[in-house]
Amino acid sequence: MRLEIKDLRVHYGKIEAIKGVSVVVNEGEIVTLIGANGAGKTTILKTISGLRPVSSGSINFDGQDINKIPAHERVDLGISQVPEGRGIFPGMTVLENLEMGKFNRKDRKNEMDEDLDRVYTLFPRLKERASQAGGTLSGGEQQMLAMGRALMARPKVLLLDEPSMGLAPQMIANIFRIITEINKQGVTILLVEQNAQQALQRAHRAYILETGNVTKEAAAADLLNDPAVREAYLGTGAH
Amino acid sequence: MNFSVITTQFWSLVLQGLALGLIYALVSLGYTMVYGVLRLINFANSEVFMIGTFATLYLEVHVLGYATNSPSLHGAKLIWTLFLVFVGAMIACALIAMLVELVAYRRLRARGANRLASLISAIGVSIALLEGMRIITISRPMTTPRLLDKWSFGQFHGANFRIDTMMAIVVPIIIFVVLDRFVTKSRLGKSIRAVSMSEENSKLMGININRVITLTFCIGGLTTGAAAFIYTTVYENTVFNVGFNMGIAAFTAAVLGGIGNLRGAFYGGIALGMLEQFASAMLGSQWKAVTVFTVLVVVLLFKPNGLFGEAVQQTRT
Ligand SMILES: Nc1ncnc2c1ncn2[C@@H]1O[C@H](COP(=O)(O)OP(=O)(O)O)[C@@H](O)[C@H]1O
Ligand SMILES: [Mg+2]
Repeated sequence: MRLEIKDLRVHYGKIEAIKGVSVVVNEGEIVTLIGANGAGKTTILKTISGLRPVSSGSINFDGQDINKIPAHERVDLGISQVPEGRGIFPGMTVLENLEMGKFNRKDRKNEMDEDLDRVYTLFPRLKERASQAGGTLSGGEQQMLAMGRALMARPKVLLLDEPSMGLAPQMIANIFRIITEINKQGVTILLVEQNAQQALQRAHRAYILETGNVTKEAAAADLLNDPAVREAYLGTGAH
Repeated sequence: MNFSVITTQFWSLVLQGLALGLIYALVSLGYTMVYGVLRLINFANSEVFMIGTFATLYLEVHVLGYATNSPSLHGAKLIWTLFLVFVGAMIACALIAMLVELVAYRRLRARGANRLASLISAIGVSIALLEGMRIITISRPMTTPRLLDKWSFGQFHGANFRIDTMMAIVVPIIIFVVLDRFVTKSRLGKSIRAVSMSEENSKLMGININRVITLTFCIGGLTTGAAAFIYTTVYENTVFNVGFNMGIAAFTAAVLGGIGNLRGAFYGGIALGMLEQFASAMLGSQWKAVTVFTVLVVVLLFKPNGLFGEAVQQTRT
């Protein structure tokens, strides 16, 4: 498995938000995409999931050009996204949210139970709240729910859009620990973050995104020690 | 103005209001279900209702061969005949509703057109259907055969429990109970709720949005068809512009209950039906339409989320 984005350009109307970005995610990796607000991180993830049309360039997944594949079929290929702001269904219970995670199932009973078991093992809190409406959960719990829901689809690659956004420091540490754990279970991860410190500590490789362009690509550990990166993304008041 | 009717005819007005209101409620589902997933006012639904009344007439007269002077039916034959026409009208309306979506909305949506374009397209389709039927029927009102003899179960404080009135109350309630369960419990029903909360996030779950949209038009068509059958069976006539007042009333009921909200449509329909019956008893029946429009304007001005607001509503993002 490999996710390869080549020379990607994406527009909102006439405005070019992504200006020729190339990113590779290899099997088993955690790759992080770091950038300030408005750099284009969310746009890249939405385009990978098929929510935004590609202007030019290509997205190759598992040896296949997925450009023509509609968004709702990409989940079944093995691409799941945890969207920015969690995107849970507030009027549905936690269990219903999880059930939605993979809408198209052939084996609805056994497979679903297995997946629920796995998600509940990873997030015991969700099991306690199974019958509670998603909208009544705390921010951290909603993030867990959104991640659990994405995992229900047994993704090959998991796209995470700013999972630490708006969370308390302790919950952030918790979420990042779980991200590493999910990765150890064999799920490849593309992690988008403004919280560069945590992301770079967890990731194998990293890309720096500035206004629609990749300006740097390196091993995550190297960027942690890169003076320019420290200045821009890790210094005091970085966000 | 005549206030004494409120006391003298109270139970009769309640019963009639309930019957009328539940017909409104069924038609309002054609607006509310579609609005829930598309945020679009499906103006063509009034004409889907009109088609439903003519489908009922066509089935009774041209398919089953009954004339306006045919004797009423009884027993099993009555039940089967009505059931057949009922299902036929529902299917006809569902097909028309899905066709309208395909022709008037889907292409616009695929091109990313804004809501105003879809709204104009909806009005265009409804004019086309209306004027088409005007030509076909040469603007003539038509009478349908009285297949159902209008016998009464009895009286209660002046309220007449006639069989057709009871049908107009019981059938919609059954439909609402079934639909409510479908939307809250079934997998497809949940996909409708998911899309009404967030289209993007539903796609991320693997939900085919177009299919869900077709499904909501189908459901709205089915309930509107059921209403058309009941309406035609109760009033025994129809005309090409029968959908106009019905459409406004049903839309008002939807807005009153909180558009996009299934239970809101139910209560909004009942409330409007009652209000209309009481107002026309007090002021005269020429005030019916005025009442409906007044309610619509007042709700839009002061309570645009409807009486049940966001509380009963499935929360949307
Ligand atoms: N729906 C939209 N319409 C128009 N412009 C948008 C839209 N969404 C994002 N943009 C623009 O695209 C650029 C990238 O945005 P985004 O991908 O959300 O960045 P990030 O996730 O890194 O904060 C920004 O300049 C933003 O203003
Ligand atoms: Mg973003």
